[in-house]
This record gives sequence, C-alpha cells and structure tokens, in this order.
Amino acid sequence: MIRVEQAGLGTRIEDAGRPGWQHLGIATGGAMDPHAARAANALVGNEPGVALLEIPLAGPVLSFERGLWLALTGADLSPELDGRAVDGWRPLWCPAGSRLRFGRPSWGCRAYLAVSGGLDLPEVLGSRATDERAGIGGLEGRTLRAGDVLKSLPARLPPPEAPERPWQPDWGLAWREIYGVGEAWRLQLIPGEAWDGLEAAGQAALLDGSFRVAARADRMGLCLDGPALRLRETRERLSAGVAPGCLQLPPSGLPILLGAACQTTGGYPLLGRVASQDRPRWAQARPGDALAFELGDVATAQSAWRREERLWQMQKAELCRRYPYQR
Amino acid sequence: MSGSQPPWRFQPLGDSALMIELGTGIDPGLNARVHALAARLDHAGLPGIADRVPAYASLCLHYDPLAWDYATLVERLRPLLEAEAGAPCPGRELTVPVCYGGEFGPDLAALATHCGLSESEVIARHSAGAYPVYFLGFAPGFPYLGGLDPALAMPRRAQPRPRVPAGSVAIGGAQTGIYPQATPGGWQLVGRTPWRLFDPARQPPCRILPGDRLRFRAIGLEEFQALAEQEDRA
Repeated sequence: MIRVEQAGLGTRIEDAGRPGWQHLGIATGGAMDPHAARAANALVGNEPGVALLEIPLAGPVLSFERGLWLALTGADLSPELDGRAVDGWRPLWCPAGSRLRFGRPSWGCRAYLAVSGGLDLPEVLGSRATDERAGIGGLEGRTLRAGDVLKSLPARLPPPEAPERPWQPDWGLAWREIYGVGEAWRLQLIPGEAWDGLEAAGQAALLDGSFRVAARADRMGLCLDGPALRLRETRERLSAGVAPGCLQLPPSGLPILLGAACQTTGGYPLLGRVASQDRPRWAQARPGDALAFELGDVATAQSAWRREERLWQMQKAELCRRYPYQR
Repeated sequence: MSGSQPPWRFQPLGDSALMIELGTGIDPGLNARVHALAARLDHAGLPGIADRVPAYASLCLHYDPLAWDYATLVERLRPLLEAEAGAPCPGRELTVPVCYGGEFGPDLAALATHCGLSESEVIARHSAGAYPVYFLGFAPGFPYLGGLDPALAMPRRAQPRPRVPAGSVAIGGAQTGIYPQATPGGWQLVGRTPWRLFDPARQPPCRILPGDRLRFRAIGLEEFQALAEQEDRA
C-alpha cells in the first residue's frame, strides 16, 4: 500500500492511454513521455502500458506500508528514500515503512514512477490513464491528493536478500541518448499544410531555436514564446483530426505544440507534427526551454522509429536477463 | 495534369497518422461520404489502426508505424476510396427530447429578443430542424451539428458561464449543440435534454454518434423528470 502524504503539483496516474475512442471526442492521453514510462515498467518487470505515476516537476511524498520494488525514470527530480539520494533508471527496493520524497528538479519536466506489478485501479474504456476532461481513469479522473492510498498488484520481482534495507542493483538503463544534449531540444518536424504558407523569417525562427516553451505548458499543449508568426494568406483549417506533437498556429501567431491530452480535432492552421521519435524531448521540455525544429520527412521518421524500436527490444531483453528470479 | 483528379487527397499527419480529405467545405452530403468511408474502413478491418476520426470533410487515421509505412497504407486505402460511389451514410435518425426555457434554458428569452421572435417561435423553429451530426469533438460526446435555422443564430455570451450543466442545449453563433458534461461554456442555453450523452459505463459510451441525424422534440418538465429517472436506471 502506498500512502500519498503530499500530492506534489499534478501527480497523476497514467498508462499507455486510451486509444480507439477518438471518434467520440475522447482523447487518447497516456504518458506524455511514453519512452520513460515503458522504461520504468520494464525496470520492475512490468508489461509495457501498466499504470504508473507521472510526476511533473514538484514531486509527492509517498510512504510504503510494505516493501516494494519501484523504478523512477524521465525527469530527475532529486528523489530521496528516507533522506538518501537514489538513482533513476535503475530498480529501487523500498523497505516497509520507508518514505520517498523529491527535491529540486535538476533535469527534465516529468518523472515516471512504476511499481512492480503496477498500480491496482479499475480500467475505464480500456485504460487507467487519468482524463480530467472526461472525468474518468486514475482516481476518479483527478490528480492525486494528500491522503490518497494506492494499491499495487502482486510484484513481478522477489524481494532482495536484505528486505529491511533500501537497495539498488548496479544495473539499469542508459537513457541520455533518447533525449539528446545541447542548448535547445532538437525536434524533427514533418511539415503540415500550413508550413509553406509561413513567411521565410517565421520558418527560420522555428528552425533556429528562437522559440521557447511558455509558462502555459501542460498536458494539453505547450504554448511557445517567440516572434509572432504570420501566414502569407490567412487560411482557416476546417476542423479535422489532430494528435500529440502537432504544431498549430492560432491567430495570436504564437504556435502551440499539442500534448498527450490534446483534443481529438482542431481547426488552427497546422505547421507540422514532430516525429514520434522526438516526443520524449518535448515531453521533458520545461517552461523557458528553447526548441529548435528541423525539417523531417515521413519515410525517414518511420525508419528511425523502427530502428529505435528494435534497439529498445534488445535493451529490454538484456534487462530481462538481469532480473534474478523473475516470476 | 489531367482533369480526372480523384475527389480525395491523402496528407500525412506526422509519421503515425494520415488525413484523407474528401473535400473542403461544411456540407451534409460531403460529411455523409466521410462517415460512409469510416464504415467501409471498419468493415475492412485493417490491423494497426488505433483510431479513425471523422470531421467535417476528412477522416484522420492514427496508425502504428511499426505495422504500416505511409506509402503502403495509402496504397491499401485507395481501393476503399474507389469503391465509394453510392455508399449510404450509416447514421441513425434520433429524436432528442428537450425541455426548453425556464431554469433549463436561461437564455431563451434573450435569444428570442435577439432574433425578433417569441419564445414559442424559437422553440418551434429549433425543434423543426434536422441536424446532421458532422462529428464529435472538443469533449467526450460533444456533437458538432449542422442545420441550425439561420434565424436562430446568436453570438456567444460575452461572459462564459463557469458551469454549464450536462445536457444543456445551446446556440453559439450559427451552430447549435448539446453539452454532454458539466463544463464552463459561453453558448446561449435554450433548454436541456434528460439524455445522458456520455457514460463510460455504457457501450458505446456516447448516446449520439458521428453520422447520426438529430431532431429535437419539445417536452415538458414532467416528461423531463420521467426520462431523467429512466436514464438513471439504465
């Protein structure tokens, strides 16, 4: 049993989302950074898509009534177990009675916390992901509150040799390369119908990193700050399907990068959509961070995605060999 | 270029979705072709397609790039589009009961004044119309409806309400709609339906589906309450 002593700011239950209902106006949602989420699950022996916590910037305080395995991935929010720093991207044994808290967000925007076995919650429309707009999933469709109690399903890994002490094995997942390094987050943009209508200066501004994530950035979308963009001719887009990663241009001239919880349809001119492979990067971008777009194309993005998927399957197989006695 | 351009266009939406555009306007006939295409696509049962999202004039397919590359999927979809002629729209005819005015339609009087009609004329005109459900979007179960009598158009409220109750039937600009859930909203409220438009415990979770054709039927308070109780029992 996991007790939520403090909730943090917007800690929530997510999984791989709720596909299959978008034609009814129900968003797919799910983890903003699906790579980090599946990595967290894999580290504790879970199937991909098992329910876990998504923790933006300010983390919760959690106490564990019984010993459990967990893994933290995604953003580094300086986690401490009973006052001692612990590592992300490695399994972590939390003994009975221990307490996990988070400190300064030192890298990225969203951490993921998976518990071995997964969080035990009812499925709504095939998913446990929290959807506030629909009022479904997670805990009654809302983010966590102090006093909440979360249950986990039977662990997929046995306790370590000394279960009364915190413990981390010396193996985990390499992760830096997923996110890239540099002053700006580099995002491949597959151009949409409005890209060619953008004035040259506007195209240049998007490509040279002049846009930063604005304070208004959440799971619905990241508003971007920079020089206002203009289209050579104003052409309304007839409302049509949109998806996470779409870069829309509202009349303000300041683009919005749609997030995991975006609406199913939208009517703003579409500048493009970021390649799937780069989703973890914008998912981890914080207000103030610069984004630099690079023009990509569908075929290249799709083969990069397949290559990355093969790489991940290999990493996961390697991980499975490490588990001592996986059940 | 020859004059025999197909009446559709494919457009990638990044590397995991594509748009099939069947036209460019808001038109019931064009939109019916979108829903007919969606039905043919469902029937074809292609793997690796998580969602197909109809809108006014397009169908958006969300696909798994591990199952399909863009060019292969487009080739696979072409025969479905070529088979298009004469396909019927799969939607249903639904009559939505609405209790107009009073506490359920606090803007009915203002709308009547704005339109230069009496309240009963507004109700008569609103419940005489036929409304195609172009698509659902914005929120779970929210229908984008065509067919509003232009005489009933009225701009949105200057001050949106912080909470519009679920089931509210409203007019915003040249559109009419129904709020499936309690939400902030700026449309003019003319009545309320006892129908529960979104209920995740039901299958399907939405009462009104894309491609349906709606009519509104004026009901009194007693019938509203009786129908609301039925909804609770269902």
